[in-house]
Amino acid sequence: MTQEIQVPEELKGQVFITTLSQIYGWGRRYSLWPMFFGVACCAFEFMAASAARFDVGRFGMDLARASPRQADLIVISGTVTKKMVPKIVMLYNQMAEPKYVISMGACATGGGPFKEGYNVVSGVDQFLPVDIYVPGCPPTPEALLAAYIALHEKIQNESIKKVRWYRREPIPEVPVPLLGGPDLIDPRQIPAIRQAALERPVEATAETSETSA
Amino acid sequence: MATDLGAIEAQLNQAFPGAVIDRDGDWLVIEASRLPTVAQYLRDEMGYDWLTHLSASDYPDRFEVVYNLYSSRPDQQGPGIPFKVRVPDKANPHVPSLTSIWKSADFQEREVWDMFGIRFDGHPNLKRILLWEGFAGHPLRKDWHEPYYEQEHKPFPSRWPHAQQPKPRSAEERVRWRANVQYPQGFDPDQWKPVPEIDVLPAAKIDLNGLETDQVYVNIGPQHPSTHGVLRMIVGLNGETVTSIYPVLGHLHRNHEKIGERNLWTGIIPYTDRLDYVCPMYNNFGYVVAVERLMGQEVPERAEYLRVIMGELTRVINHLLAIGFQFNELGAMFTPMIYAFTEREHVLDLFEEASGARMMVNYYRFGGVARDVSDDWLKRCRKVVDRLDRKIDEFDTMLSDNEIFIARARGVGAMSWQEMVNYGVTGPVLRSAGLKYDIRKVEPYSIYDTFDFEVPTFETGDIYDRYRQRMAEARESVKILRQALDRIPARGPIQAGKKPWNPKVPAGELYSRVEHPKGELGFYLVSDGGTNPYRYHVRSPSFVNLGALEAMSVGHLFADAIVILGSIDITLGEVDR
Repeated sequence: MTQEIQVPEELKGQVFITTLSQIYGWGRRYSLWPMFFGVACCAFEFMAASAARFDVGRFGMDLARASPRQADLIVISGTVTKKMVPKIVMLYNQMAEPKYVISMGACATGGGPFKEGYNVVSGVDQFLPVDIYVPGCPPTPEALLAAYIALHEKIQNESIKKVRWYRREPIPEVPVPLLGGPDLIDPRQIPAIRQAALERPVEATAETSETSA
Repeated sequence: MATDLGAIEAQLNQAFPGAVIDRDGDWLVIEASRLPTVAQYLRDEMGYDWLTHLSASDYPDRFEVVYNLYSSRPDQQGPGIPFKVRVPDKANPHVPSLTSIWKSADFQEREVWDMFGIRFDGHPNLKRILLWEGFAGHPLRKDWHEPYYEQEHKPFPSRWPHAQQPKPRSAEERVRWRANVQYPQGFDPDQWKPVPEIDVLPAAKIDLNGLETDQVYVNIGPQHPSTHGVLRMIVGLNGETVTSIYPVLGHLHRNHEKIGERNLWTGIIPYTDRLDYVCPMYNNFGYVVAVERLMGQEVPERAEYLRVIMGELTRVINHLLAIGFQFNELGAMFTPMIYAFTEREHVLDLFEEASGARMMVNYYRFGGVARDVSDDWLKRCRKVVDRLDRKIDEFDTMLSDNEIFIARARGVGAMSWQEMVNYGVTGPVLRSAGLKYDIRKVEPYSIYDTFDFEVPTFETGDIYDRYRQRMAEARESVKILRQALDRIPARGPIQAGKKPWNPKVPAGELYSRVEHPKGELGFYLVSDGGTNPYRYHVRSPSFVNLGALEAMSVGHLFADAIVILGSIDITLGEVDR
């Protein structure tokens, strides 16, 4: 604000001056509806955060919605497996804008203790744009509350002029990974996989022999 | 620990000369082609009617499919008959299926097919269960390597950043795709057609009292508030009545067993926490008991008491939470569940102080527990136990006589215990149908034989009885907790000998089971004498109990199927592993 707006004397204490963006953010930050969606162990701490002791109702988000179309926030609370990730991407695509993703716990963030497993995706951020990462295995409910507060701040600082859901161009959907083949196929990687198939003798797998122990 | 295997071997040899071809430690080796007849004989003539565990292991020259039979007959409950079948043909392994004798073999044979590629002849639906159709390879074979494969055994060089030069590369850098994927050589994404996850189900016509209608299939999950996680069920409906349920598993398949075989023996303990994440303490318990049996390890008295205290606290909160979720599904949204979560917090405070973590406790060690507790902790534990006792009564007052609950739960999902035994169902669900069978009594481990407690049973095995069963068991656990808190030695070692950080386990093979809050938690371990298991298999109660879901639900209403699922009390971390 370059120009100070003067409130008339008689209205002082009854009105306040703010920007549209701020009031927009203020209204949205306290009415987040998380999706009722548990993936693995962290879901229990997610539920514990909703229960009596931690009480996310204080943050205006006690109304967990079972349908993605009514939710603003998806908490990926656990290990994302290859079998599950197409469904998670579908759920994310079904959510209406504005939408936010919290990656809860080590598994959702980077694979966690199960990273080396053959059915585990090394972090949900390979497919979804994650807003907040919560460390821990599982994160305590306090850590999750801290993540909610961080998300509130992020929402507060979004400018109504710049947010992507008010732009003219449509927001592209996240391509849904393909399951049913020898392994999970990320559609964005298909050209590279095609290229690899043309190279004759190259091993398309991990170079297994090469670990100079 | 073992039954009189010699007598059984003699009896089998008399009935089927030459069918028992070998004796491998505590295991009878049975000729594969005669497996079904021998199994039928064991079930019908000898009373070993209970196939609780079936899995396999991969050796350089053969596969072995292992079976553990137990008996529900009061005179021979306790140790069972372990036997195995050798499959020398590694290129094209075949074993006769036992699904016609035991329905509990259904899921477990499918799992073996999925993980090892052993075909079970005669299995009605031999499809992959944890992975998807079309997946390349069978991952638990020793020659199958995951994309992030580094070495056979931990510790991996990349986990020791200062130990070697040049610095090892991270997993993503080593893999061509910078992600945890691998494709067979020459895999062409353009020629590829995905194998559908399940077959398209036929739209059958149903004749409904002269009205011609269609069979409807409803898909529930994997994202659904009542599936207790990421379970998918395809429910066939005739009007509102369930005609079939096909569970699709594996959405939380975290490769527990493959990682376990890479891990050190001690390194598995924290992974077991994450099996059934409602009761991490008891998973620890089951695993360390199994390894201690293999090692012949003794446990000091105070540690045993601590183990029992932690385990029974877990059992109480598991049962309260199960009841809470159950009522969620019945429409009593959140109130009982939040009551249960409040109690859970009090117990978790104790766990956090004792182990350092709320949920993933990693508390048990071979020959003891990780840390001692203070006298003050024990005092507060007693307060929590008193509180739990009151709260169980409160739950009882609040819920037991609720008319809506009774109307919805009585007679729903009932199953006789004989049928449950055939399905391999264990735990509170089985006992609620009337069979008095508790591993803490029939094959005592730890110090459970010194406690005075009852094994409650009910009659019908419907949802209402399962609820009452859980209440009664929680009360018995409180009884055990009181005795344990009274008798725990004031001082004493909590670890036998030195803390082993990387123990070697003597070569051997065993199946060890404990009474987990959800049922029989078994660990099948094969050691080659090294610092990591050769084969590590978890027989989880949720996975096997889930096999009975369809039989329990068919004929009931769609809304009841959800409640029946809740009353079996599954945790997906344990179903899919």
